[in-house]
This record gives sequence, C-alpha cells and structure tokens, in this order.
Amino acid sequence: MNHNYHIREGIKQGIPVALGYIPIAITFGVLSKAANVTIGEAFLFSSMVYAGASQFMAINMILLGSGFTQIIIATFLLNLRHFLMSASLSQRIEVSNSRLLPFISFGVTDEAFSIASSRDGAVTSAFFMALHLTIYFSWIIATVLGYLIGEILPPSLSSSMVVGLYAMFIAILIPQMKSSGRACFLVLLSGLINTTIKTNNLLPKGWDIVTTISIVSLIGVILEGQVNRREEKDEI
Amino acid sequence: MKSNITLIILGMSVVTYIPRHLPFIISERVSFPPILKSFLSYVPIAALGALIFPDAFLALEGYPLASAMGVAAAGILSYTQKNIFITVAGSITITYLALNFLAR
Repeated sequence: MNHNYHIREGIKQGIPVALGYIPIAITFGVLSKAANVTIGEAFLFSSMVYAGASQFMAINMILLGSGFTQIIIATFLLNLRHFLMSASLSQRIEVSNSRLLPFISFGVTDEAFSIASSRDGAVTSAFFMALHLTIYFSWIIATVLGYLIGEILPPSLSSSMVVGLYAMFIAILIPQMKSSGRACFLVLLSGLINTTIKTNNLLPKGWDIVTTISIVSLIGVILEGQVNRREEKDEI
Repeated sequence: MKSNITLIILGMSVVTYIPRHLPFIISERVSFPPILKSFLSYVPIAALGALIFPDAFLALEGYPLASAMGVAAAGILSYTQKNIFITVAGSITITYLALNFLAR
C-alpha cells in the first residue's frame, strides 16, 4: 500500500521530465543516423551511457574523427558532476535493499537528482526507481523513434519542450527560495559564479559546474556555521 | 570502424557510471562526518542554480527573448501556485507562443 504510493508518486513526478526528454532524445536519434551510427549503437548510447550532453558530444567528436581516449576523457569530465549529486543523494535516500543500489546510482541524472533531493517526504528506493525508470524509458524509446521516424515534432514545439525542462528546475527551486533567505542567496550566487565561469571560459567543460557546486555548498556550510555560533552566543 | 563505436559506448558508460556509483559504495561503508553531510545538503540548491543559469536563457539558439519569457513564466507560475505540471505546461505554452508570434 505504502510501497504502491511511493511508486505512483515516482512515476507522477517523472512525467514532466519524461516529456522534456522526448524532443532531446529524438534529436539524438536523428543525429546518430546522420552520423552513420547504427540503430543498435544509438540504442546502446541511450541505454548504457544515459547522459544526454555527453552523448551529443560523443557523436560530434566521432564525426570530427576524435580518438577513443579523447572521447572517454571528455565524457568523464562532463559527467563528473554526478559524483557530487550521488554523494548528496546517498545521504538522503532510504534504501531498503542494498542490492538495488547499482540500479539507483545508474539513475542519477540532473533531473532525477533534483526532483528526489528536493522532495518534502521520504525518498524511498521505490520512489526513486519509479522516477528513474519513467525518465529512462522515455529517453530510450524517443531515441529509437527519432532514429526510425526522424523529427516528428514541429521545431518550435520541441524547442519549447526543452525550455519546459528548465521550467521544472525552476518549479523545484522557487518554493525553497521562498521559505529560506539563505537558499535564495545560494541559488543566485551559484548562478552568478557558473555564468561567470562559462561565459568567460575560465574552466574546461565539466569542471565549471563541479567547481560552482563545490564553492556554493562550502559557502552554505560556512553561513550555517556562523548562524549556529551566533545562536549559541545568544543562549549564553 | 563499427566495432570502434561499440567500444566508445562501453568506455563512456564505464566512466559515466563510476562517478554515479562510487559515492553510494563509500557511504554504505563509512558514515560521513557532520561537516561533510552539511556540505552535501547544499549540493541540490547549488546544482539547481548552476543548471538554470545561464543555460535556461541560452536554450533556444537565436531566440533569447523567447527563452527568457519561458523562464519568467515558470518563475511567476511556480511562485503563485504549487503544481509543477501547471508551471511546466504554462512555460511551454508561453515559449511556444513567443517563438511563433514574436519577432526576435
């Protein structure tokens, strides 16, 4: 009963992401075909790598004739941010069966992480797996569809659906920013640092977001420490 | 050449999976000190800030106004009500309208 509730919630919260992934995965399928990647390989890309930006990057690098090592290193750096996300989620998720862990960790994408870690209630493994699989299947199915049928969505609709993914991030953030001044400050700081690094190309791709998240989280710890110290003083 | 791509996919999936899985293995074996836990509790909002800025505004190449309107619509909708579906659907609609009926 409770279990089913968590599964239903996971599916429900995965739907906006599943929809947002459709146009991106379709484009990936189309691009793969144009790059002479077979349908089986496109399927393996989406089902085994399962990291959008790096899949696009890989296809581009293959077209440019980049070597194996170059592609692997670039992929590693681009996806390194998941390390911080998994570390954070590992402290939050309630795993009933540790045999599920390899599947849970595979599902750590920007979107699944953001939804799960901002959830008010408990993040059970049932919730997370339902969330993950909803998103995952959409990604794989739309990749294959894109490869087979091509761009089926009108361009302006698919672009708008991509903006919808950012709308989802915003919808997760705003309630937290409303209830906490510190959260508000940290989000804006994070945006400022990341934008500065990216627009000035201060760091290689991948390191930008890892650096931003690390600096901002550290500042969060420092602010929290200061508030705690002040409260202790008040008590004395 | 063909087997080469399969090899690339395998390599990519390994180097993508390691950062995703390693923290779970570590946290299963050792419990993190409070200061690290505190650090990790700020990762979600720090990540969201960095995922939105600047990429949300650059999502539509050549149409910065339309993406800005989609972002603004999401901001207003999520500030005034709690349903994520309404925020996402509203933002998609506004972006779509802006793309189709507004000049750049």
